[in-house]
Amino acid sequence: MDWMTYFQTQSHQASRQTLKQYYRSGCTFANAPLSAVEMVALDIETTGLNSQEHGITSIGLVPFSLQRIQLNEAKHWLVKPRKPLAEDSITIHQITHSDLADAPDFSEVFDELLQALQGKLVVAHFHKIERQFLRHTVRNRFDEDWLFPMLDTMQIEANLHRQPRWKPSQWFRRQASIRLADARQRYQLPAYRNHNAMLDALATAELLQAQVAYHLDSNDSVGQHWC
Amino acid sequence: MLMTPEQLEIAQYIGQFEPFDAISDDAIELIAQHLQVRYFKAGSAIINFEEPATDLMFIRSGAVELFRRNGELYNRLTEGDIFGQFSLLRQQCVRFPARALEDCLIYYIPKTVFEQLLEEEAFADFVEAEGPRLKTTVEQQRKDNDLLITRVRKLVRRRPLIVDEDTTIQQASQQLIEHGASSMLVRRQASKGYEEDNQTWQICGLITEHDFVSRVIAQGESALAPVANIMSREMIGIASDESVQEAMLIMLKHNIHHLPVFRKRRPLGIIRLADIVRYETQSSLYLAASIANQQSIAELAKLSHDVAQSCVRMVQDGANSKMVGQALSGIGRAFMQRIIELTEADLGKPPVPYCYMVLGSMARDEQTLLTDQDNALILHDDYQPEHEAYFVELSDKVSTALDRCGYTLCSGDIMASNPQWRKTLSQWQATFADWIANPNPEALLHCSIFFDIDGVYGDINMAEELREFVAERAQGQQRFLAALARNALNRTPPLGLFRTFVLEKDGKENNSINVKRRGTAPLVDVIRVHALAAGSTAQNSFDRLDDIAKTSLIPKDAIERLRYAFEFLSMMRIRHQVIDIDNERQPDNNVEPELVNSSDRHTLKDAFGVLSSAQKYLEFRYPYKVR
Repeated sequence: MDWMTYFQTQSHQASRQTLKQYYRSGCTFANAPLSAVEMVALDIETTGLNSQEHGITSIGLVPFSLQRIQLNEAKHWLVKPRKPLAEDSITIHQITHSDLADAPDFSEVFDELLQALQGKLVVAHFHKIERQFLRHTVRNRFDEDWLFPMLDTMQIEANLHRQPRWKPSQWFRRQASIRLADARQRYQLPAYRNHNAMLDALATAELLQAQVAYHLDSNDSVGQHWC
Repeated sequence: MLMTPEQLEIAQYIGQFEPFDAISDDAIELIAQHLQVRYFKAGSAIINFEEPATDLMFIRSGAVELFRRNGELYNRLTEGDIFGQFSLLRQQCVRFPARALEDCLIYYIPKTVFEQLLEEEAFADFVEAEGPRLKTTVEQQRKDNDLLITRVRKLVRRRPLIVDEDTTIQQASQQLIEHGASSMLVRRQASKGYEEDNQTWQICGLITEHDFVSRVIAQGESALAPVANIMSREMIGIASDESVQEAMLIMLKHNIHHLPVFRKRRPLGIIRLADIVRYETQSSLYLAASIANQQSIAELAKLSHDVAQSCVRMVQDGANSKMVGQALSGIGRAFMQRIIELTEADLGKPPVPYCYMVLGSMARDEQTLLTDQDNALILHDDYQPEHEAYFVELSDKVSTALDRCGYTLCSGDIMASNPQWRKTLSQWQATFADWIANPNPEALLHCSIFFDIDGVYGDINMAEELREFVAERAQGQQRFLAALARNALNRTPPLGLFRTFVLEKDGKENNSINVKRRGTAPLVDVIRVHALAAGSTAQNSFDRLDDIAKTSLIPKDAIERLRYAFEFLSMMRIRHQVIDIDNERQPDNNVEPELVNSSDRHTLKDAFGVLSSAQKYLEFRYPYKVR
């Protein structure tokens, strides 16, 4: 996808002022080296895996670069999904009905979220969830299209540790786990006791720094890795 | 501002470690809210020399090595440790560059936050450079315990038995039997007193077993009469924070055997004269006194088992290293004196006067539990070769007896039983004069303990004379002092502790550290050189430091640092010997890093640092040139 063109087009097509502004401020240059890019790690939690059926319950983000993770600028929102909270997602995220009772609707935090992401490259672990849920929710609330390029630490890990399945030698071999916690372990990153969108965003930022330190070149262009 | 979940997780993590465990919640929150993070792959540089210092760094995971400017390893740190504080405090550029030894996650605490944290006393004390922390630790240990004052409350074993004043004599005696007690207190309601069962009570009397005999049976008092009839109404008590000494004096003065202990007006318990006697018999003074009363070597050998217990007791009572060293040396001298007395009684009068002297730690009053015997004989100048047989037998018997009493034979054969170490006073003076006038480090290596001497038995004046002779001769002898100084550099301290290892200067890791060989002994060596240069006749290292302080050989603050380092290392050695005894192991001089808590680790590193710089200074102050 040509993100530059997409952002330009959208800056004309979007009707919501804040979103227009977001697109107008442009997207990270595809040829910028990783070491010079302002990034933001993003994690959302949802009531399930299907963006058509389920909703977002929380959003966490941490701005960072390869030099520093800016914990002091981290943000976290609880949002009330329009679809009811399923019991099994409570056990995963430790978010309960009462936590969400007073939470705002996504539409109330959207502008703040846009501002936090504006001009920065988003990093996520398994980006499809973030992309699909945010796109679906924004279309549903505002009838707008919202997409942006992302670095996916899970994809990076998969490229490093997973051999293509078409090789017969790989058919019966156990695949290396690329789940966030397991991937972190490979880089001696500490285990966090709790899980929520913000801690997972922090965990993702740390993981990307480790992946770059070990396997990528900090001079690699962003466009080589984003999706 | 409320902490976010990830700030909370980080705050909880940081809060487990020194000095963050002692600072306020507000300060921890401040840190969590301003933190930055970065990952470092093993082998990569974290900060470089002379980079501007902008943050305090906290190791969240992994391990870090710090280096000196010349590339020498300065320290190795791990999870929960901080670095970068020195440069921040001095507003300087980075002094110790750092490298990731393992994959690391580093938390950065910005300078502005660091400066706010300095307002917290616990934090400021911790990050202050070497000297102050060592001083604080040693002084805190002293403040926490005061040997001279053992409070009576320590002797209180259980709550007192208390009955109301209208209890019958029979009921009271039944309770006494039921509780296996030998005395009880009597209470009555009063307007002033202590609160219990929602009422105010006053202790109005004391009854002992003896009262039942002397006042009930002997005087025919009815068993159904109230206890008030037979109790002692003259209430003599003692406040719980008074000394054991004071309690003993009160009991002797009033001729009583039971003494109630009170805090404010509330009774805490009753101590008996027997409790005090038992307590005192564990004391080193008592032990030394009873050594003098033993009638045979076998009896003495039996008594030697009490030495360890009396040391444990002193440490528990909070004695400092000088007190423990003096007591154990005193006990050692008492053993020696009694052994020589008994042996002399066996062999008959000596043909010429002599002086048994001890060398090394006992002479310095710095003995610990693990010790061998180092002794020698000074014979009167009237000594003739035909007298030799007597002194051969005497010294053999003494050394063997000392060995039986726990003072093992000297592996270096520095004992009076070795003919080389039996000399007349003139011969000794000639020997010392030769050591001093024609020094060479190799020859001096094995006789440095001869410069710590103390007469123990016989004509003590001869030992005094020898001591003064040495002090006078050694002063100003640059070549001799330089040779001695060179030997004092042979044993160097490690850098500190890292996880469960001892970290050496070359980065190697060992499992345990011999605190004597790597700490106290080289300090003693360093102090001895300065003391001889100062013309001091003192033998104890603390006393020697006092004498050195009167000269301008070393800066005053360096003397203070040496004092604190020596005290800290000595106590660490003694405390670990006590741990060994508690665990029924043979005490040794080794300290295992896993038994050292985090605050002692930092102080230990400081103490090693003091020794290391003292050794460097020694090399500079007494330079050795090979002729």
